[in-house]
Amino acid sequence: MADEPLVLGIETSCDETGVGIVRGHTLLADAVASSVDEHARFGGVVPEVASRAHLEAMVPTIQRALKEAGVAASDLDGIAVTAGPGLAGALLVGVSAAKAYAYALGKPLYGVNHLASHICVDQLEHGPLPEPTMALLVSGGHSSLLLAPDITSDVRPLGSTIDDAAGEAFDKIARVLNLGFPGGPVIDRIAREGDPDAIAFPRGLTGPRDAAYDFSFSGLKTAVARWIEAKRAAGEEVPVADVSASFQEAVVDVLTRKAVRACKDEGVEHLMIGGGVAANSRLRAMAERRCEDAGLTLRVPRPKLCTDNGAMVAALGAEMVARGRSASAWDLSADSSLPVTDPHVPDPNAHTHSHSHSHGHSHDHVHELSRKNLYA
Amino acid sequence: MLLLALDTATPAVTVALHDGSAVIAESSDLDARRHGELLLPAVHRTLKEAGTELAAVTEIVVGAGPGPYTGLRVGLVTAATFGSALGVPVHGLCTLDGIAYAAGLAGLDGPFVVATDARRKEVYWARYDDARTRVTEPAVDHPADLAERVAGLPAVGAGALLYPAAFADVPAGMPEYQSAGALASLAAEKLACGEELPPPRPLYLRRPDAKVPANYKVVTPK
Ligand SMILES: [Zn+2]
Repeated sequence: MADEPLVLGIETSCDETGVGIVRGHTLLADAVASSVDEHARFGGVVPEVASRAHLEAMVPTIQRALKEAGVAASDLDGIAVTAGPGLAGALLVGVSAAKAYAYALGKPLYGVNHLASHICVDQLEHGPLPEPTMALLVSGGHSSLLLAPDITSDVRPLGSTIDDAAGEAFDKIARVLNLGFPGGPVIDRIAREGDPDAIAFPRGLTGPRDAAYDFSFSGLKTAVARWIEAKRAAGEEVPVADVSASFQEAVVDVLTRKAVRACKDEGVEHLMIGGGVAANSRLRAMAERRCEDAGLTLRVPRPKLCTDNGAMVAALGAEMVARGRSASAWDLSADSSLPVTDPHVPDPNAHTHSHSHSHGHSHDHVHELSRKNLYA
Repeated sequence: MLLLALDTATPAVTVALHDGSAVIAESSDLDARRHGELLLPAVHRTLKEAGTELAAVTEIVVGAGPGPYTGLRVGLVTAATFGSALGVPVHGLCTLDGIAYAAGLAGLDGPFVVATDARRKEVYWARYDDARTRVTEPAVDHPADLAERVAGLPAVGAGALLYPAAFADVPAGMPEYQSAGALASLAAEKLACGEELPPPRPLYLRRPDAKVPANYKVVTPK
């Protein structure tokens, strides 16, 4: 529909320079320039390398997105940008570009939250988000369970990882197995040849007294490394496929179990899974089965929309426009630890005409700063 | 001609407009940690002061550094994005050249040195024969390693003020940081001479800090 908001979104929170264009819930362009190859030999994202690459890629990626979408910049209704959380220097390149672009075009600027964008992107795949939606966000930077009654104004953290993000665990195990970086896709592939029940690796934080919705992958990582080292020390061959499958099973089991439980506890009928690890085939399969068993509707966007991209930022920006949320100010900051409870960063001096949703939930809990690697 | 100049390579967040004969508006803030927040409002103020708008700009020049990277990129990406949105050319000039030009306007004849703070106990610096003529490539060094190469030369810039042991002679009344007005005047002068200005490429002068991780650490207790 032509009267739906046409929004360009810019994402630079980690190593992907993403520029997406959407009209309402329709994806028009999703241009991404990745610096992943420049980071591979370092075994993780190097912030300064990422920031330099964002500067190089920014204008060409904007131009590519406009061309792909077949729209003129002057037709845009707004410019959205990831204001945080993420790597400070990387975010700043995108925020500065978004401001300059919005100002030059005379369009409103919307600084939005990276995590809320990961959820909102599913509108491009499956239509309007049910309200509320339960979201499981899993990537190299985040592992969170979020309850979203209104993606533009009310996102509540239920739990998150207390140590490594899920994607980090994949990277680290890939390293122990000498499988390269990033580890997620390669472990997913090799695990298909292995037996997920071959080795009983621990399921972190699943005891009766443990936090119901928090995650921990550090103990699992150590257990897997020790198991491999014991094999090597005994001079035996490491069964890489079985280790990969059993490790992956442990991660996916905990993620899906906790997500389904959160849905049941909160009476939510829809589970959305996003972030780079949502591309994992075993996670998708197990989530499907468990959601079906629990009578839940599962929504997982296609893999390219799960990893960091500009379309997800545009999707949330379009929703901000559609719901009349306040634009951001020209002195908008890049905030590396923007709380997940702030879906966007409105101009503090603006008068809001839309009804405000104030829920008084606190900002403690989810400040994920550990964006140390690539499997975003 | 309406030339927009901006520079975020020093603690100054500085913006100016030049109409081909003079600087018609300028706005600067000093805050080494808030380049990202301060630049757009400074652009807006400068345009307001000149009674014009961004769409009237025909040419952009940006300080290409050297300077601390995070702040430096704010100016570069802003200039590049403005240029793309407006369809106007964007040029990059060495930030030290702008400071040298300002030193000339403040009455300093050559030869002299410009030095800015590169953090980590280093300076970005270059030598000039006069306010328009740089004779060394911009470099980053420990001041102590420079003492011989800059001995006897007057020096300007915050880097010179920070390290008096290396830079003995810092004349009074000289610029400490970049001023976009000086950068704009220098660019306008070069453009008027028909000189082709370089593209806006960042002068980082250092490789990114990045270590290839050591080999995988064994977790089994010995
Ligand atoms: Zn992400």
